[in-house]
Amino acid sequence: MALYKWFFVLGFIFCLCGMATAQESGVPPDSANIDTISQSIPPPAPVTDLQAFDTRNDHGHSITLKWKKSADDGAGNNSVIGYEIYTWEPNMVDSMAQLRSEIDQVRAAIYGGKKTGEDLKKKIRTLKDQYDILLEQLTVAHAGYPEGGEWRLVDKVPAGTETYVHLGSKEKLAEGYIPDYTDLYYRVDALTADSVVKTPSVVVGPVQCYGQWFNTEQVPVLITVILFGVLILYFVMLARKGKEIYVRPIGGIEAVDDAIGRATEMGKPILYVLGLGSVSDVATIAAFTILQRVAKKVAEYQTDLIVPTYDPIVMSVAQDVVKSAYYDAGRADTYKEDSVFFVTQSQFAYVAAVNGIMLRDLPATNVYMGKFYAESLLLAETGALAGSIQISGTDEIAQMPFFIVACDYTLIGEELYAASAYLGREPILLGSLKAQDYAKAAIIILSILGIIATVLGFTWFTEFFHVTS
Amino acid sequence: MDFTTFLWMTFGVFVTLATFSFLYKDNPFYKFAEHLVVGVSAGYFVIILWHNGLVPNLFQKLADGDWYYLWLNSSEPWYIVPAILGMLMWTRFSREYAWVSRWPMAMYIGISTGIAIPLTMSTYINKQLYATMTLSFDNFWGHGGFNLLDPYSGLSNLIIFVGVISALIYFFFSKAHEGWFGRVADLGIWTLMIGFGASFGYTVMARISLFVNRIQDVDDWGKVAWNSTVEPNPNYSNWFLVVFWGMVLIIVVYIIKEIVQHFSSKSKAQTQA
Repeated sequence: MALYKWFFVLGFIFCLCGMATAQESGVPPDSANIDTISQSIPPPAPVTDLQAFDTRNDHGHSITLKWKKSADDGAGNNSVIGYEIYTWEPNMVDSMAQLRSEIDQVRAAIYGGKKTGEDLKKKIRTLKDQYDILLEQLTVAHAGYPEGGEWRLVDKVPAGTETYVHLGSKEKLAEGYIPDYTDLYYRVDALTADSVVKTPSVVVGPVQCYGQWFNTEQVPVLITVILFGVLILYFVMLARKGKEIYVRPIGGIEAVDDAIGRATEMGKPILYVLGLGSVSDVATIAAFTILQRVAKKVAEYQTDLIVPTYDPIVMSVAQDVVKSAYYDAGRADTYKEDSVFFVTQSQFAYVAAVNGIMLRDLPATNVYMGKFYAESLLLAETGALAGSIQISGTDEIAQMPFFIVACDYTLIGEELYAASAYLGREPILLGSLKAQDYAKAAIIILSILGIIATVLGFTWFTEFFHVTS
Repeated sequence: MDFTTFLWMTFGVFVTLATFSFLYKDNPFYKFAEHLVVGVSAGYFVIILWHNGLVPNLFQKLADGDWYYLWLNSSEPWYIVPAILGMLMWTRFSREYAWVSRWPMAMYIGISTGIAIPLTMSTYINKQLYATMTLSFDNFWGHGGFNLLDPYSGLSNLIIFVGVISALIYFFFSKAHEGWFGRVADLGIWTLMIGFGASFGYTVMARISLFVNRIQDVDDWGKVAWNSTVEPNPNYSNWFLVVFWGMVLIIVVYIIKEIVQHFSSKSKAQTQA
């Protein structure tokens, strides 16, 4: 027998031993043992103190339930294996589900290209109108509890659970839609291994859900953003007034100019890889600033630039950046539209294509700036194999080690953002860099104060910075 | 397993080996695999975008509207706005009106940044700050006595705290790394490098598992093809032999061609010299 089969057998024996031990130690029985014990299970004690309330700091359509677990959950008869959450719903929700299904079918028919001979658009409009009428009646129907409706299962949770968030959809046409400002009723049943033996709780309700405009959990974030914003504005103003702001030399960036010079001397192109990030990623935005600098130098030295991109929007922005850099260098005539191009939005297909470019065009310099994931080592190793000088920069912590081992220069994390300020020397960038340093100093001081407060038991101080959602 | 599945499996193994051939150097097999995966993925994503993006999020939303009303009579007419913004991107095809495409891009970047700033602030600053503030120094030498490898000991938390502070100091850009400040910054870069080393080892392990997975696929194919113990069908062995020797022939021809080219270019160089 193959070795792995012996491991399987060994694992199976361990599993059996574990099950036997679990039953001996009083762990609640699982469903496999229902037949043997169903006759002897007494009804469990119900959950107590069941509360239902609107989930705070959300967009509505959600109710939070809290209860104290059954006396037979982990104690007493130890017979509770979980809880079932029920909500009361009027019978008209079945008609609404039927209408939703019909609307989906008509939509599928429209896009399936079926010629049914009837006016499908008219039909879908009629169905939606009917659905809207039912939706308006839904609140009234809920208020009619307990007439004209029934209890429906929402979810099952394991033993030991004492909270549940009934998160509904906010889309009116979606399954699981929970209307706001509507009376809702809930109950929680304590379950045993015998599906027939269970004890319902008292019913809680009416309770209504609704959205909040302001998420109070995020107040510390708001304060941080405001303070940081004020710092940036202050230092940008100082920089604009001409105050000299020192930026320490960053090795990787100083190497960019040398690398471009090397490419020019060798008559080979420069490959600039913007990674897999979108334009909303800070790393990608910083990479655009460095691209502008590289493109300007490339235009001045009349070297070729290759920028294969992963994201179409990034490609559009990169094209504009490179184009404007060529204009700034006074070499608009030498700008090639094809130098920035889209490859594909599949991660490893993109890597395969860029690797191919590296080995066929043999660029003198590879610059990797932006957001990188599992492709970082594949790219950097191939570049090293092709004998290119490599400069990288990313804020993706998991990928930095690969760039550090395979590239000649690496901008670690925030150095990437600082590089754009270092290169551009613009007051806005320099001011924000200085503000970041002050923010870091504040974080260091607060961390030390927080540690002291924790040791002394002043939790109010640390809780002030606590963001829970 | 039917023969068609076997053929696809064979093709998968061929593409796997063609990709691994890149370890030697760039060659036609790798080029084939590369162009195949780029082409297929590009086409695949177009279809995915159509069926999972445009159809459910735009076309179906406007399904009950009429084109001669510009879909304004649909029940969710506001979906026309992103549709128009998306179409403005096509103005990039015109030199004269390419500037219009900056509007949707500005909107996209603006909204994305607005979402990203509070999220980044919360995740990378507030939550990290709170976690650092609440580090506990109880059980300083580790739980259960003297246990230096206990990750939850007070000593471990002290190392984390010192590491965080020194790494933050390394990232000060507006002050030269000199004197005591420079020494703390050096400690910071050492901390970072230790972290990167651990991360490197962890990720390499994950990559090895991917490699093992590929090899298992090749192994499965070999089992099916050679002795048919997985699916007893003697025909597979014959087909396998045809396919296998066909592949071997192609590779041998390629290697001979490479050797001949190598020697002919060498002799040319000698003649020129």
